[in-house]
Amino acid sequence: MQERFTHKNQRALYDFHGGIHPEENKWQSTQGAVQNVTLPSTLIVPLQQHAGKPAKVLVNMGDSVLKGQLIAEADGVISANVHAPSSGVVREIAEHPIAHPSGLEANCIVIDTDGADNWCELEQHVDYLNLPREQVLRIVRSSGISGMGGAGFPTDVKLHPANLKQLNTLIINGIECEPYITADDMLMRTYADEMLRGIEIMARLLEPKQVVLAIEDNKQHAFEAIQAALAEKRSHASAPSPYEVELAVIPTKYPSGGEKQLIYVLTGLEVPSGGIPADIGIVCQNVATARAVYRAVRYGEPLISRITTLAGDRFEQPCNVEALLGTPISHLLAEFNCKPAKREKIIIGGPMMGYTIEQIETALVKTTNCILAPEEQELPNDEFAQACIRCGLCTEACPAELLPQQLYWFTRSHEYEKAEHHNLFDCIECGACAYVCPSSIPLVQHYRHAKGEIKAKQLETEKSDRARVRFEARQERLERETKEKEVKRKARAETAAKLQAEKQKQQAEAENNSETAAAKPPIDSKKAAIEAALARKAQTSPAVETPQASLEELKTALEKTEAKLEKMIDALEDAKANAPDNVAKLQRAVEKNQLRVNQAKQNLEKAVSAPSSPQIQAQETVSPDIQTPEPKEEASQVDLSELKNNIDKAEAKLEKMRDALKDAQENAPDNVEKLQRAVTKNETRVKAAQTAYESALAANGGSNEA
Amino acid sequence: MSLMMKSSPHTKQNQSTASIMRWVILLCVPGLLVQSYFFGWGNLHNVLLCVVTAIASEAAILALRKRPISFFISDYSAILTGVLLGIALPPFAPWWVSVIATSFSIVFVKQLYGGLGYNPFNPAMAGYALVLISFPLAMTTTWSTPTSLQSEFPSISQTVQAIWEIESVPDSYTGATPLDVYKHEIGVGTQESVQADPIFGNYIALGWEWVNIAFLLGGLGLLVLRIIPWQTPVGVIVGIALPALIFSADADQAVPLSLHLFAGATMFGAFFIATDPVSSSTTPRGRLVFGFGIGLLTYIIRSFGAYPDAIAFAVLLMNFAAPLIDVYTQPRSYGHNKAKRGPKAKEKV
Repeated sequence: MQERFTHKNQRALYDFHGGIHPEENKWQSTQGAVQNVTLPSTLIVPLQQHAGKPAKVLVNMGDSVLKGQLIAEADGVISANVHAPSSGVVREIAEHPIAHPSGLEANCIVIDTDGADNWCELEQHVDYLNLPREQVLRIVRSSGISGMGGAGFPTDVKLHPANLKQLNTLIINGIECEPYITADDMLMRTYADEMLRGIEIMARLLEPKQVVLAIEDNKQHAFEAIQAALAEKRSHASAPSPYEVELAVIPTKYPSGGEKQLIYVLTGLEVPSGGIPADIGIVCQNVATARAVYRAVRYGEPLISRITTLAGDRFEQPCNVEALLGTPISHLLAEFNCKPAKREKIIIGGPMMGYTIEQIETALVKTTNCILAPEEQELPNDEFAQACIRCGLCTEACPAELLPQQLYWFTRSHEYEKAEHHNLFDCIECGACAYVCPSSIPLVQHYRHAKGEIKAKQLETEKSDRARVRFEARQERLERETKEKEVKRKARAETAAKLQAEKQKQQAEAENNSETAAAKPPIDSKKAAIEAALARKAQTSPAVETPQASLEELKTALEKTEAKLEKMIDALEDAKANAPDNVAKLQRAVEKNQLRVNQAKQNLEKAVSAPSSPQIQAQETVSPDIQTPEPKEEASQVDLSELKNNIDKAEAKLEKMRDALKDAQENAPDNVEKLQRAVTKNETRVKAAQTAYESALAANGGSNEA
Repeated sequence: MSLMMKSSPHTKQNQSTASIMRWVILLCVPGLLVQSYFFGWGNLHNVLLCVVTAIASEAAILALRKRPISFFISDYSAILTGVLLGIALPPFAPWWVSVIATSFSIVFVKQLYGGLGYNPFNPAMAGYALVLISFPLAMTTTWSTPTSLQSEFPSISQTVQAIWEIESVPDSYTGATPLDVYKHEIGVGTQESVQADPIFGNYIALGWEWVNIAFLLGGLGLLVLRIIPWQTPVGVIVGIALPALIFSADADQAVPLSLHLFAGATMFGAFFIATDPVSSSTTPRGRLVFGFGIGLLTYIIRSFGAYPDAIAFAVLLMNFAAPLIDVYTQPRSYGHNKAKRGPKAKEKV
């Protein structure tokens, strides 16, 4: 137990629910000053050292870079720039193990340092307090500063919240509640002045009503350093700063450094579930971030180094170091005489929330506040978990006021809905529950797993929802098409019936005529019927009937084509929404179809112009003598059957095309545009065919009248 | 080089399930000693017998279930069940009563449900209720009269012989409990006439008051060590005291508050029985409700039921209710305007 000091706070403090008092183990690493690290021969700089999207690489292999040079730029708003921590040559841009709980590899820029440590040109501002706010924000953003306390959220985003006007409190988090870690403590002891200047810069951006710097009552040295720096600042200032920093000392209790818990301790307010502090007019910044902001705005130095605690009994002398980002942890271990044995743990962060790394070649990043190399008996591995006896110690310890042991039962039995109902997602994974659990149950691990499962499930649900909407739209369209088809079919049937009636009428007339001419009574009814049929057949020679019938067929074909075209357009629209692979195939199909339609059109034109004359003739000569069709008429018959064939073929092609389109619909097209152009062309062609057909009909009608 | 991968947290408080059980057993000891001082060797003998039976039953079932025996025996939970039963059973209860109660507790109530942590009912109380219902004679006629009222302090051998039914228990050794006597005699007498019986002693009930105080102190120790939550015992005591204050204000008509609290198993029940975490409610508020329910049911059964004491039945009845209580007593979590209570807020259709 470390000594506590007392301080009369200006504000009333609130005590959050739960919390624990683990062994602090902070004295070991605060014995000496912050030490420097020799320049490593290789720096491994991950593109993602912050919350959000990884930065975009700006350099190539073999490029020479200077210290502080931008080597990867922020990709989007929630992202941060990455700078070369030292001068040298880019050896490779490749995947390396990174400091992340997942243990996955990610893209890193590997720099072979040249030892010169040459800075690039830096933009200095002596009068840094009177810069326009846009410029300050730009500097903070371009310097790649992200929260150095843990989550690594890009700082500039937090410095211009959407509801700037409602903002009333800027909290500077000097709480370092995790055992072992003393990086912020040492920073406050060593750089209190720079930190206060950084706070001033941030306060001027945010214009809060109050600025509170919170510190735990186990950091007396830091407290004294800050007070001295504050006094110094006051004595030098010509006028009192509009943003006087209020120093608040809060009782040491884990996890009071958690943003939500600290806000409650200082203000009695709670960040709404699923919300951010800005929702209640509060912005929290870490002390190291404040210093980084000052260094960036005053000296133009981007964020390329940080103070990190080297703790744990494996280190000969635990201490704090100011190390370049990208420094391999192996370099730090070697330099500070730490040789972890195989199957020992190296923890990034503290013992409560830190995560182990698999490779010591992993590099230091913006959020690495501690490298903990404990001996086996110092932080022993888990005992075999016993059964939960529902003792409720976890409930008492939970700072989020959850029911950890209920959550445990739910997550263990995969009852995720119940777990969510019990506010699983309000769990901050502080580890207090697992710390107090007498049965050694790895509770936090269960919650992490469940959260991952639920998120994965949500993604899946979203995906299937989209698929369902798509499917339903398709079903609706198909239904609509069927209905339209039905209506068209009925219309066709009616026309056909009318035509049939007309035909019969004509036949009757023709029969009457032939009967009068022959005047031969039938021998028996069967024979008579056969003869009549024969006669009918002879009479219904193509010369008389076919032109009309084929025109009818043509019209049907045209209608069909039109319907198909419509479908094709629908299909295309669908396809557009998705993206097909075999668009090329489709396109070829469409082109072929186009040719066929052309052919059909020509045929139609021919048909329309050719048979009109035989029909007129037939109508003119309604005499029974005409038994044998004239050669001319014969020829037109051949033409027409050919035409019909063509139409059949075109139809078949269209069918194929429709199938192809269906395929496309199910997959996803890239060049839908091309397809659409083809269809539009096709459409115009069909229209032309239709016009031709109509004009032919009109001509026919005219001749009929004549 | 491949290092050890492990999920956080990497450190743990030095408290185990076994140490919790050991503390509970340890803090039972003052009560047990006071009990033995006033009522003879019977309970000490029963504690031993029950513990041995408990360990044997647990080991037998674990062997049948092919579970590591020493791992589970060393969690002390079976031993605790034995200790609690030994304290709860009448001092001169025949040996087979103890054996049946304990083996039933361990085999049927605990292990058949899956062992420690999975039993819906309080094992000790289920065992107690079983023998109370099955062998009412053996369970009601074997309570010890305070030793100070006997001609001499019954020797160990006398006690053992009585329990193992080698020799019958001398009539002067046993007698009804003060709660029982008061309940039955107040109908025809006054507080003064009833309390003239020497078993009520000078204060509340000879011996019982000190036993209760000893268990109360042991329980306070558990509270200080944060091994039991305060809500359950407070709930039990309020649950008994509140109706007793209201409906038993007239000591000439009903058992008064002082006897309710200090003449039966109230303190033992409130601090050592009702606080069994496995079968109780798990939410802070729920534990208050759970305890209050036990207290209230105890009062009701004591006042209107056939049994003079009722902790066992009250605890078992509330065990039934515990899961439901949990559902309706979720605490409000940080960042939420109000607690989500009830079975899922609204089913999504």
